[in-house]
Amino acid sequence: MHMLKIDNLHARVEGKEILKGLSLEVKPGEVHAIMGPNGAGKSTLGNVLAGREGYEVTAGSVLFNGVDLLALEPEDRAATGVFLAFQYPVEIPGVNNTYFLRAALNAQRKFRGEDELDSMRFLKLVREKLKVMQISDELLHRAVNEGFSGGEKKRNEIFQMAVLEPKLAILDETDSGLDIDALKQVAEGVNALRSPDRSFLVVTHYQRLLDYIEPDFVHVLAGGRIVESGDKNLALKLEEQGYAWLADTHPELRKADLTGAPA
Amino acid sequence: MTQAPSPFVRAALDAASALPESGIAWLDAARRDNLQAFAEAGLPEGRNEAWKYTPLRALSQRAFAVADAALARDVAIDAASFALPGVDSACIVFVDGVFRADLSALDGIDGVSLAPLAAALKEQPEPLRFALASRYRRGAADAFAHLNAAFATDGVVLRIADGIDVAKPLHIVHVSSGGQPDTAWHVRVLVEAGQGSRADIVEQFVSAGEANQLGTVVADYVVRESARLGVVLLQAASTATTLVRRGHVRLEANASATVHALEVGGALVRHELTAELAGDHARFDSRGVFALDGRQHIDTQLEVRHNARDTASDALWRGIANGRSRGVFRGAIVVAEGADGSDASLSNKNLLLSGSAEIDTKPELEIYADEVKAAHGATIGQLDERSLFYLRSRGIPLAQARSLLTLAFCRAALESLPNEALREHLGDLLVAHLPTGPSAG
Repeated sequence: MHMLKIDNLHARVEGKEILKGLSLEVKPGEVHAIMGPNGAGKSTLGNVLAGREGYEVTAGSVLFNGVDLLALEPEDRAATGVFLAFQYPVEIPGVNNTYFLRAALNAQRKFRGEDELDSMRFLKLVREKLKVMQISDELLHRAVNEGFSGGEKKRNEIFQMAVLEPKLAILDETDSGLDIDALKQVAEGVNALRSPDRSFLVVTHYQRLLDYIEPDFVHVLAGGRIVESGDKNLALKLEEQGYAWLADTHPELRKADLTGAPA
Repeated sequence: MTQAPSPFVRAALDAASALPESGIAWLDAARRDNLQAFAEAGLPEGRNEAWKYTPLRALSQRAFAVADAALARDVAIDAASFALPGVDSACIVFVDGVFRADLSALDGIDGVSLAPLAAALKEQPEPLRFALASRYRRGAADAFAHLNAAFATDGVVLRIADGIDVAKPLHIVHVSSGGQPDTAWHVRVLVEAGQGSRADIVEQFVSAGEANQLGTVVADYVVRESARLGVVLLQAASTATTLVRRGHVRLEANASATVHALEVGGALVRHELTAELAGDHARFDSRGVFALDGRQHIDTQLEVRHNARDTASDALWRGIANGRSRGVFRGAIVVAEGADGSDASLSNKNLLLSGSAEIDTKPELEIYADEVKAAHGATIGQLDERSLFYLRSRGIPLAQARSLLTLAFCRAALESLPNEALREHLGDLLVAHLPTGPSAG
């Protein structure tokens, strides 16, 4: 049984078609890396799956554990187990991090018909997760992402993921802007959350992250579609040779699709 | 004037003829004079700059009788309707403008004299003469001040003796009974904070029922040298109420005052707040939130006048408008000639939560002194879509996400209130009035 089944997905942003027939299948416990040149539609994929406004699906389907994901509101997608770790997490002054996370967890639990956690039980859970993520509890007392460094923001995303325990986590260029130490910390957090029933879509521009989060599958997203799939050796080949060689086997791709240059 | 008086003015004139004389010659003369001024000018109209965004055409067609004092004295009011956490000390309560001894607790604080105005006038009228016999400018812009001066027979006389530090906040409550439709009530508030004293006052507006009533309050605060006064205004009247409040805070040398205002009630509300920094090194801070929905109209007119050297002021106001409501904010800073070293800042940010709501904000700066620091800014915007999506992507439903962000937007204005229990209560009250309903947690 597939956890995620994306079939022939087409999506537009501001009237421009970005995804042009993307298909992908993910089974429980698998880690799929999505790589590709700039402008290939990597971030669009994450945003479409999470339900961001302004991303218009024009064709295709997405089934998540058999449910039509595209028919759900963003909050309901989250409650059914989809989590997007943002490339650029938003700062929200005036909303306390802990309050926000408890509100989120309890909203999800309510949606699933589970009882809500009181503040004692919630704090106990948070403390356990903090230990795993090696995050100082000082971050909890601040407003959501306000004044966080780039590394702190990304770690906070993974920490939220640890608390919310999604079935499918989409990491949208989580490595961007991180130095090697921060990258390792984030990767360790992700690895601690790997389990046989949790899947990951790791969207990245660089092979480097995959040294620390070892993928089961690597896909190349170019021109709005998955054009090549393989194991982790594909990532190494891309690191060495770039994307240009794909033109030999995929003559329909334009040069711009493979270099990330504006069309 | 040549026009026939409006029903509003005619009703006021009728009502005045029934008012008993006070027996104090200067006071009766002042009342007659104010009534005359009101009758001559009538209510302000659209071309009146100070009332440009608050049309009174509908109000002028309504007639308000004077609220019946005997009824106001007898109507049952649940004290729980105005109970506030963190505010459990002396309390003075007015129902439809009538002092209610049974609901009030005036005594027991050293150095604090709290009395109803009518009683104070009976005992010693002369010390009140300066405040009650002073004249407002003639003209429609001050129509409600004239009206209040002509009709207010009761109110608050509060004196805090020099050097006294009052630990607990003093509570002034205005209740619209709701039992007397189409009536008006008027209350006068006189507060003097003695040299070097410290005190906090909570002035609260509530309604016990839904009837159409008009209430006016004119409040004067004098903050003597080196005194520190905190004022919390909490306005949660019913959405059938018309309220006009004029507050004037005069600060002497080294004195400071902080006003926190939360307005969530009323159908038509006008709040004029003027601070006069009269002595060197005086400081005035104001923080406020108005949250409107339905067809509410709330007009806040803040004016801070720097009249002395090295004075400071900081104003931070937030407005939220939903439904078909309309918010108006005018924030003016005036730095007089010679008030060198003044430091003034004013910020008003607003959120429009519906396409049919409207907010008009108008910052004004008038500076006649040198070496002045002044900053002001005003914005009107919507909730940030990126933040909304971020919260929703974590599982928080849209309505709750909107409520969370709206509360966060207002938080800056209320978080500086030192009384923690009261601050939390104001936060809860605001959440309860946010258009998208209460948030979990």
